[in-house]
Amino acid sequence: MAIVKTTYNRRSFLKTTALAGGGMMLGFSWLAGCQPASEEALEMPKEWFEINSFLKIGENGVVTILSPNPEFGQNVKTAMPMIVAEELDVDWKQVIVEQAPFNTDLYTRQFTGGSQGIRQGWQGLRMAGATARQLLREAAAQAWQAPVEEITTEAGVLYHKNSGKSAGYGEMASAAAGLPVPEEVQLKDVKDFRIIGQSRKNVDGLKIVTGQPLFGVDYRRDGMLIAMISHPPAFGMKLKSVDDSAARNMPGIKDIFTIKTYEEEYERNAFDTNTFPELVAIVGNTTWEVMNAKKALRIEWEPFSDYTETVNSWGGKQSVRIPAGLENTSGHIAKMAEMAAKPGNVLRKDGDPEAAFKNAAKVIERTYTAPFLAHNCMEPMNFFAHVTADKAELAGPLQAPEFIEQTLSARLGMPLEKIDIHMTRMGGGFGRRAYSHHMVEAAVISQKVNAPVKLLYTREDDMTFGIYRPAYHATYRAALDADNNLIAYQVKAGGIPESPLGRGAANRFPAGAVDNYLAEEWAIASNITIGAFRAPRSNFIGGAEQSFLDEVAEAAGKDPIEFRLDLLKRAQNNPVGENNDYDPARYAGVLELAREKSGWGQEQPNIHRGVAAYFCHNSYVAHVLDLTIEKGKPRIERACCAIDCGIVINPDAAANMAEGAIVDGIGNAFFGAMTFKEGVPEKNNFNNYRMIRIGEAPKAIDVHFVQNDIDPTGMGEPPFPPIFGAVANALYKVTGRRSYDQPFLGDKQVLG
Amino acid sequence: MANFTLSINGKKQQVDVDPSTPLLWVLRDHLNLVGAKYGCGVAQCGSCTVHLEGVAVRSCMLPISVVGNQSITTIEGLSEKGDHPVQKAWLEHDVAQCGYCQTGQIMNAAAFLKANPNPSDEEIEAAMSGNICRCGTYVRIKAVIKTAAAG
Repeated sequence: MAIVKTTYNRRSFLKTTALAGGGMMLGFSWLAGCQPASEEALEMPKEWFEINSFLKIGENGVVTILSPNPEFGQNVKTAMPMIVAEELDVDWKQVIVEQAPFNTDLYTRQFTGGSQGIRQGWQGLRMAGATARQLLREAAAQAWQAPVEEITTEAGVLYHKNSGKSAGYGEMASAAAGLPVPEEVQLKDVKDFRIIGQSRKNVDGLKIVTGQPLFGVDYRRDGMLIAMISHPPAFGMKLKSVDDSAARNMPGIKDIFTIKTYEEEYERNAFDTNTFPELVAIVGNTTWEVMNAKKALRIEWEPFSDYTETVNSWGGKQSVRIPAGLENTSGHIAKMAEMAAKPGNVLRKDGDPEAAFKNAAKVIERTYTAPFLAHNCMEPMNFFAHVTADKAELAGPLQAPEFIEQTLSARLGMPLEKIDIHMTRMGGGFGRRAYSHHMVEAAVISQKVNAPVKLLYTREDDMTFGIYRPAYHATYRAALDADNNLIAYQVKAGGIPESPLGRGAANRFPAGAVDNYLAEEWAIASNITIGAFRAPRSNFIGGAEQSFLDEVAEAAGKDPIEFRLDLLKRAQNNPVGENNDYDPARYAGVLELAREKSGWGQEQPNIHRGVAAYFCHNSYVAHVLDLTIEKGKPRIERACCAIDCGIVINPDAAANMAEGAIVDGIGNAFFGAMTFKEGVPEKNNFNNYRMIRIGEAPKAIDVHFVQNDIDPTGMGEPPFPPIFGAVANALYKVTGRRSYDQPFLGDKQVLG
Repeated sequence: MANFTLSINGKKQQVDVDPSTPLLWVLRDHLNLVGAKYGCGVAQCGSCTVHLEGVAVRSCMLPISVVGNQSITTIEGLSEKGDHPVQKAWLEHDVAQCGYCQTGQIMNAAAFLKANPNPSDEEIEAAMSGNICRCGTYVRIKAVIKTAAAG
């Protein structure tokens, strides 16, 4: 049992009245109330007692737990409350979950991204539950005139063994709510967990399957108008003039005007990415009327000149040059090849790679590329805004309210305390909704028309707005000695407009396992905007590296898993260099688990196997894919996945997310691509942007978690990058040809 | 603008809209039935699926003027308490990730199972291929359809 000081984020435990359901929250009450998806509905208490900002207890013992982070499908709205409930020691059946309001005074890091929600929330959530349990025990101790140490709990009931007394949490809630926050609390031992590690159903399940309003697009308010935007049709273009004479008089249209999302010279943060600074806004009564008026606009666009903007990003203030021009995918490919032929910026160097390559018995050099990708969240970008002279109410899908609230405050000229942002359930995010320009746009439009407004992007607006996964390129070289030992390894990688080796990727495996190692990077400026996309950078470099290692293993005449394990043994026993960013034992652990569970080595006829593993976002994943050919098309019969992400909160939901990452990876490896001609994105809807469909998903997926007591690490992103390598390696077994350029199938329907 | 009397989830509803308005926007903007979702507007993703005379249709490209007095069922009317066999199996397999496409998937699956109560894997894949799930819950969707068919 761990004793933990409560000073960690102590402000969250202070009793607060801000949550008592008053104020602006009422207007959004349909977003908050959440019945568990069980057949028997809970009886609501007559009175709630707030214990801290994470939970309140009713006099009848029903507990409401607030889930602090935005939900975009990672099921954090179930998992986070499970952690609180575990330490509170309550019966999960007595728990109601609500989405917490966005409030930086009460909660820290209300951000969905980086696979960090559970990892960084872990301690605080446990303490929120444990603190409440402690207060309930103290309240019982006072009521029963017994030492607090003798008060035990189980599933929402307090016991005093010596006197034989017991009471439900509800009976002590009122007294507990009035007690001071304890200085230290006890946390459970992992072995005593009763909720964590036991699968619980999605708390929004019933609402989802019955189509109740949950999403930003479902938001509605009396007098609400609908808004849409028109943005330039090409990167490198800006607005020249608008002729709205036809559109303005169409039925239901209220106003048409241009907006600038940010003030000129506004110093942006890294998440203020905004592809098109000036937009045309169309506002009217209903979606269909606004859509029609949008089509009737006659807008002239013109090329812009080079410009520079200041971005206050990770590395401090930077000047970013945005080049003029209408870019082409063919030009991108040529430029990347050109850059790859020049020396790059050295990120890491161990030993003497030049000499080792000169003395090698065998040198393998391969180049991998991947295109831009659009996120294509099923729910297009949208936001509700109601801005009046003295307050701004916003509701919609966003991953990172904290990153955009200052920007909104600056844009509206309104202090933060007058701005209220509500996080709706998101119809997907994948990184895209960390960039919430659309929220600012909705607010600016609402301010202009002086009415509540719901801004909706059409699918085409959404897919052609930019903020894409960058295009990437990587050249690998490996040197083998006469005994087929890997003696040198080089990677030179770049992209448009960022390298995939940034933020430590150069220190990942096989760095640390090879005596002579060199990592270099480069980048090409572009006016096509990019943003985080599930496992940024890793989503390319992980697959490319794992594909290359497969080929090196083959050249060395070794089993691909054995080859990796040998290198990991080296990294474990006698690591090369400094700052190696992985734990070789845990990395080997997932490879071994996948080897065991997949039945590696027991090959069957017509089943073609590919293996890959990767470490990113603090977790380790290995995949073995079994591929077959059906009517000329590749199909994954079975995906076997091993994950080490420490303690798993909600195993079935975690498996679901891994299944999703596997399907997402297979889809993008086979088909995903955004291409450009004269600055115009060549795909703008699902009729030409190929998405994976049910008949292309694996027939079966089994997900296995390494069992350990390590505090939880990341889950949403780590299973994604290695899939690209596993797909390429399995395809090779079928065709005898290596796949170097994504998408591997593209528009091809049949392997030829 | 024109008046239309629609039969939705067993109730007559009147709307005054442009005849070209797709059923999806009539449901969402005029009748506050938001279970059918906008995903693409070009009948490529299936998020907007509803039933017309029991047959799954994409409401985003179906003009209200052609609906006439055919009966419309939306996810809100599929069952009283979310207890249609497909909905129950959906909860049992805890399919949803983001949840956005799921109502369209459920409506498509429900109409399909009615027409084909005992489908093969290939038939399930063919019938459900018009519904995109960006989160990638396809393996579970297939399992649900089998559970609902068996149950």
